[in-house]
Amino acid sequence: MATYQLSYTDVNRDVLRILRRPGWPYFALLAILILFVSWGAFAWVVQIQRGMGVAGINHPVFWGVYITNFVFWVGIAHSGTLISAILFLLRARWRTAVFRTAEAMTVFAIMTAGLYPLIHLGRVWKFYWLIPYPNQRELWINFRSPLTWDVLAVLTYFIVSSLFLYVGLLPDIKAAHDAVRGWRRRIYGILSLGWRGTVRQWKHFSTAYLFLAALATPLVVSVHSIVSWDFAMSVVPGWHSTIFAPYFVAGAIHSGLAMVLTLLIPIRKMFRMEHYITTDHFENLAKLIVVTGWIMTYAYVTEFLIAWYSANTFEQSIFIYRALGDYAVAFWIMILFNSVIPLFFLIRPLRRNLVTLMVISLMINVGMWFERFVIIVGSLSHEFLPYDWGFYRPTWVEIGISLGSLAWFLMWLLLFLKFFPAVAIAEVKETLLSPAKEH
Amino acid sequence: MEQSVVVLGVFVQLEALVSAIPKLKDQGWEIRDVYSPVPSHLIEAAVMPGRSKVRLFTLTGGAIGAVGGTLLAIWSSLKWGLITGGKPIISVPPFVIVGFELTLLVGALATVAGFLINARLVSFRKDPHYDSRFSEDHFGLLVTGPSHQQGTISVFLRQAGAAEVHIDEKA
Repeated sequence: MATYQLSYTDVNRDVLRILRRPGWPYFALLAILILFVSWGAFAWVVQIQRGMGVAGINHPVFWGVYITNFVFWVGIAHSGTLISAILFLLRARWRTAVFRTAEAMTVFAIMTAGLYPLIHLGRVWKFYWLIPYPNQRELWINFRSPLTWDVLAVLTYFIVSSLFLYVGLLPDIKAAHDAVRGWRRRIYGILSLGWRGTVRQWKHFSTAYLFLAALATPLVVSVHSIVSWDFAMSVVPGWHSTIFAPYFVAGAIHSGLAMVLTLLIPIRKMFRMEHYITTDHFENLAKLIVVTGWIMTYAYVTEFLIAWYSANTFEQSIFIYRALGDYAVAFWIMILFNSVIPLFFLIRPLRRNLVTLMVISLMINVGMWFERFVIIVGSLSHEFLPYDWGFYRPTWVEIGISLGSLAWFLMWLLLFLKFFPAVAIAEVKETLLSPAKEH
Repeated sequence: MEQSVVVLGVFVQLEALVSAIPKLKDQGWEIRDVYSPVPSHLIEAAVMPGRSKVRLFTLTGGAIGAVGGTLLAIWSSLKWGLITGGKPIISVPPFVIVGFELTLLVGALATVAGFLINARLVSFRKDPHYDSRFSEDHFGLLVTGPSHQQGTISVFLRQAGAAEVHIDEKA
């Protein structure tokens, strides 16, 4: 565990310093991101105007990059809750410095994931049909459909993780309020909801936080299980599998941890937070990645074993196709980046070196995206009968929307880091000694 | 009725503040509030022992969500009794999922509501005793006592380790 040699005042000063007016590199980065978001929005407008034909999805591959992105971003969201809620319940104190960023990442990743069902829907203005609401015709949604569970799960996840983030932020918003002047002070004043740090407030805060963590933990497991059932509930070979729920949850955490590393390394450098986010934190994350990497390897092997052992021609065919067919490159990227490369983290100097941490975490991100692509496209393009086989490649619209959504995620994160304390001030203080006698 | 006075002791040391609390109570003075930049079990145990009521909100919300979610799925399926996918109208396994998600959703909303209500939040009245250092590295102990003991309370707080003492006679 990291031990800090800091005083309470240092924490306030260092964390709130990040909220000061940023320099030009920040604005330049923000401008580039907004440009990409606009490009993605333009591509979406084109799709709405001309119809789904502008996307590459067509018979037999009706689920392409959009659904791949949806699963990828829901997965990214998971590690945030793992770090903030599960490690909180397990009393892993090292989480204090990194959990706020991870939690914000969760909320923004769900905001990104949530775009995809809408984009994929085509007629986006009909999205409200997915929500159960009383209507004159007494038409209700089909609660037996995994797609309906998905809506419930993702919406619940978004609401609960946003509440968790906001409740946790209250004391720190107050600290930010006390440190600034002018219009920002007024806004922080409203956002802090009247927090004063009284014993009554802290008491109920601690309990509420604990219960929110306890609710978020089963939620995070349920969300990716439900996302996996979107596939597992169907009869498509390669999807119809009972290992899908744990396989997807482990994959989600694997990709999410890698994303936390990918983002925290530059954030730490950009905002000079070396005192708070130490190499020990990165090392702990890297160790967790080794574990999730092994779970992924186990799941990959099990899938092949099930196909072989089931003696089901279609199941066997799909797995041979995945490894040797049209999408073999994607398959081997998945194996190499998710199962083999993370093993380098077994070597201590490599998991304490920022360059290797960054490179490996980026590779895992790529590998996990390809895993979803292999599962989704690799199965649909090679279903039961040869006349039903097909090849899919994304068009510029799908690529534009995908890159736009990545920029959308990073844009919100970048804005968050400038408007809210990125490190939990009160929680870091809890790990310090209270102000000394000679003060 | 005798006028009362509010005295605020500003502490830099948590331990000094905590050890002053039982002595203050012995004197018959009331502790109106304690301000702290961090949550402290020591302060809670001394001033507000017992469990937070927020847990009852969580339980109630969770129960409402579980029952409500399951009933919504059952009731709405019966409204339009169309068999889909060869599954029964009231299909237990999928409806458990609906109930489960709503347990967490309503449970979390109720937890936050319980927190806001119990912590008396969403209040924008200015607290005259609050000091911006209470979100940084100082602790505050707000004591109420009879006016004529104003001096005694101040001296007591000083001796207990308060760096500053502020008196508010209007209260």
